[in-house]
Amino acid sequence: MFRFSKPALGGAIALALAALTAGSALADGRYAGIGRSATRAEIHAWDIDVRPDFKGLRPGSGSVDQGQEVWEAKCTSCHGSFGESNEVHTPLIGGTTKDDIKTGHVLSLVKGDAPQRSAIMKVATVSTLFDYINRAMPLTAPKSLSNDEVYALVAYLLNLAEIVPGDFVLTEKNIAEAQARMPNRNGMRTDHGMWPGASAAKGGMGNGGKPDVKNTACMSNCKTEVKIASLLPVYAETAHGNLAEQNRPVGPVRGKDTSGKAGATPAAPAPLSENAAASKLAQDSGCMACHGVAGKIVGPGYNEVLAKYRGQADAEARLAAKVKAGGQGVWGAIPMPPQTQLKDEDIRSLVKWIMSGAKAQ
Amino acid sequence: MADQPNPRGRIRPAPESFLTEAEITAVKEGRRDFLRNAFVTASAALAGSSVARAAEGDPNILTLPPWTTSLGQPVAARPYGLPSQYEKGLQRRESPGLTRMPQVSVAFTPLQGLFGIITPSGLHFERHHQGWVDIDPSKHRLMVHGTDDSFLKQPKVYTVDDILRLPPVSRMHFIECGANTGMEWGNVAVPTVQYSHGMLSCSEFTGVPLRVILEDCGIDWKKAKYVLAEGADGSSMTRTIPIEMVQSDEVLVAYGQNGEMLRPENGYPLRLVVPGVQGVSWVKWLRRIEVGDKPWATKDEAIHYIDLMPDGQHRQYTSVQECKSVITTPSGGQILLDKGFYNISGLAWSGRGKVKRVDVSTDGGINWRPARVEGPVNSKCLTRFNIDWVWDGKPAILQSRAMDETGYVQPAYGQLRAVRGTKSIYHNNAIQSWKVIEGGEVSNVQVL
Ligand code: HEC
Ligand code: HEC
Repeated sequence: MFRFSKPALGGAIALALAALTAGSALADGRYAGIGRSATRAEIHAWDIDVRPDFKGLRPGSGSVDQGQEVWEAKCTSCHGSFGESNEVHTPLIGGTTKDDIKTGHVLSLVKGDAPQRSAIMKVATVSTLFDYINRAMPLTAPKSLSNDEVYALVAYLLNLAEIVPGDFVLTEKNIAEAQARMPNRNGMRTDHGMWPGASAAKGGMGNGGKPDVKNTACMSNCKTEVKIASLLPVYAETAHGNLAEQNRPVGPVRGKDTSGKAGATPAAPAPLSENAAASKLAQDSGCMACHGVAGKIVGPGYNEVLAKYRGQADAEARLAAKVKAGGQGVWGAIPMPPQTQLKDEDIRSLVKWIMSGAKAQ
Repeated sequence: MADQPNPRGRIRPAPESFLTEAEITAVKEGRRDFLRNAFVTASAALAGSSVARAAEGDPNILTLPPWTTSLGQPVAARPYGLPSQYEKGLQRRESPGLTRMPQVSVAFTPLQGLFGIITPSGLHFERHHQGWVDIDPSKHRLMVHGTDDSFLKQPKVYTVDDILRLPPVSRMHFIECGANTGMEWGNVAVPTVQYSHGMLSCSEFTGVPLRVILEDCGIDWKKAKYVLAEGADGSSMTRTIPIEMVQSDEVLVAYGQNGEMLRPENGYPLRLVVPGVQGVSWVKWLRRIEVGDKPWATKDEAIHYIDLMPDGQHRQYTSVQECKSVITTPSGGQILLDKGFYNISGLAWSGRGKVKRVDVSTDGGINWRPARVEGPVNSKCLTRFNIDWVWDGKPAILQSRAMDETGYVQPAYGQLRAVRGTKSIYHNNAIQSWKVIEGGEVSNVQVL
């Protein structure tokens, strides 16, 4: 039973619209009084994309050395000193060779022997790195980098992958040279059937929607045996929580009890304790991506923080200010980004929770 | 329930006793003391005489329950309605270990418990690249311009007020992440249909065809080949959309979802709807449309959402979600109550148009029967199928196989892997198999 309009009604609306746009009041396709012209300054403020042919790239420059400085301050915490970290995201750098730079196709992709695919192994276009760092990184403060800082960061990443030398200064003028050395620049193809626009033959991309796999709708005696190629590993069943609680308690089926406690009477769900609420807040606020309770991930373990400041009267206020503003140097060179997404009272209750042992319950 | 005759069949006891606890708690809440006491006494008495009463019949019938013998809750007690407390099992969930940061992650739709084709908005799957945001609609703008001045007569800025004044259309479409079922390319990895297929949802979307807006800006259709859509969140997601889909009126700038505004997690106040195309192109929090003549190779078109082929090349700009189906009940992690009649139910969809037919096998693909395809059957929309099945208590392997109006038939794992290998992450539309064993347990298996 649906509360929604039937397709016939949707069709009627579409027809009505067609009639309307064809009508004389809208002869030029314009809607009176709706929208206004965009100013040059507005377009300049938002039109930040950079295409593979560098259309949209704003002039600037940055050296590998400058890039390293910005990188260490703003990127190392998540991507590692050399873009190799696999903690917060898959590695940016690694897995490419001098030979790949010559051929333009990463050999380990062909051989299939790389344990992971780094970003540099995949990306064919250097513009993509520039565009993306400029629009989205660092993760917690996107669009905070200057144009020259983005040049410098791209130069640094290219140097890590040995695409450019250590004394390289990347500018809008020489970025095409870097493009010509991208290790996987010849690694993409579009001659498939999954582009929904015009085909390459008609000035677009792809083969016009021809599928690459063909099955037939055989109905009986389609094969002689059923080959089961793979079964659910036991750990995968229990890693997803108790499936009994992920199904409806009524109907033709029940969820399987994967709690390991089948038969026991489950306790009624208790309201969240103060500790549990704080623990959830820390999860939801992204703190646990960088902090463990006992030990270090990117930042110190919360119990290490407690051990350091226990008994200091102003510790909670100082730590709350630190979390809000971010900073580095107390636990090492890696900075904590400012946690500006949180309300002050939430930061205070998180710090209070940390200083009371960061218990789950 | 303690006072019920033993439930038949092989059903595990835990969920039932849990339910009774919850029921009792609920009834106790919000009632005057004398009523509560009366109820506690009554249930104690019931438990005592349960054996005697069982012979007469079901105590749920013989003793009127409190909800039949008391005054219910007032209107608007919950001004924005919520599901029953007994439906808590059906929630969006993350797959543990799949991603590393909750803001850069995915929460799956609980397909195992949904009916029909519309996904309740609160259960629509989530995939964010840099967290979700709740944008003040009075401060949101949509800018439309060209890569240079030759693509449009007039670059324009629209407020949300402007967009809501334009003539709207409402259409039902599925949205599926390109990486849906991606964990299963090489082998079985997850226990239930929520995790194997739950990056899939379907809504009625209301909005304005992007064509209308581009015409309002005076687009030069001859010059325009692609548009870039961009979001207003931190990630400012960007994706290249073919102009042909815009011209055909399919692509919408949507604000409505299932009769209300979009949920923030789904792009409030504006998102792009690109029917049949993977979810990443349905840019949320849409702030900008650029008209141009070349694709942009954005991060999610050049580092991710590219499909690795066995020869080491990546396919780029793979956007269409090909024809696919899955049985949602019975499915992995569920247990059949007993032998006898079941309705096998599932979903089928195609990014190339309407679903024409769905066949179901209960013997692992040796023999197939056509399922009942339920209406409405819309283009690029989820389609519900059902088929009768009498389970004889013996092992079975359930499969569904969809065909779309182009004649394309959903492939088996062996066929798909022969062409695409096992490392492409995206666009796994293989036939799903659920194995039923004698005890009634259903689990995820792969049949070649
Ligand atoms: C707080 C953690 C964090 C910080 C700090 C950070 N990044 Fe990232 N970065 C990520 C995550 C997470 C992604 C993946 C985002 C996604 O999936 O859309 C990413 C993606 C990237 C990518 C694209 C590669 C890919 O595989 O998606 C590049 C390039 C990148 N970051 C560069 C940088 C640079 C340069 C900086 C410093 C200015 C930086 N990052 C700072 C977390 C971070
Ligand atoms: C991107 C990683 C990252 C995230 C996210 C993060 N932190 Fe940190 N945090 C760090 C690092 C690195 C340090 C060590 C800074 C230093 O050495 O001064 C740190 C230090 C701290 C300290 C100790 C400060 C001191 O001066 O001793 C506290 C308390 C803390 N974080 C709490 C939080 C809370 C609460 C959140 C969530 C709101 C959070 N952090 C999110 C990386 C992170």
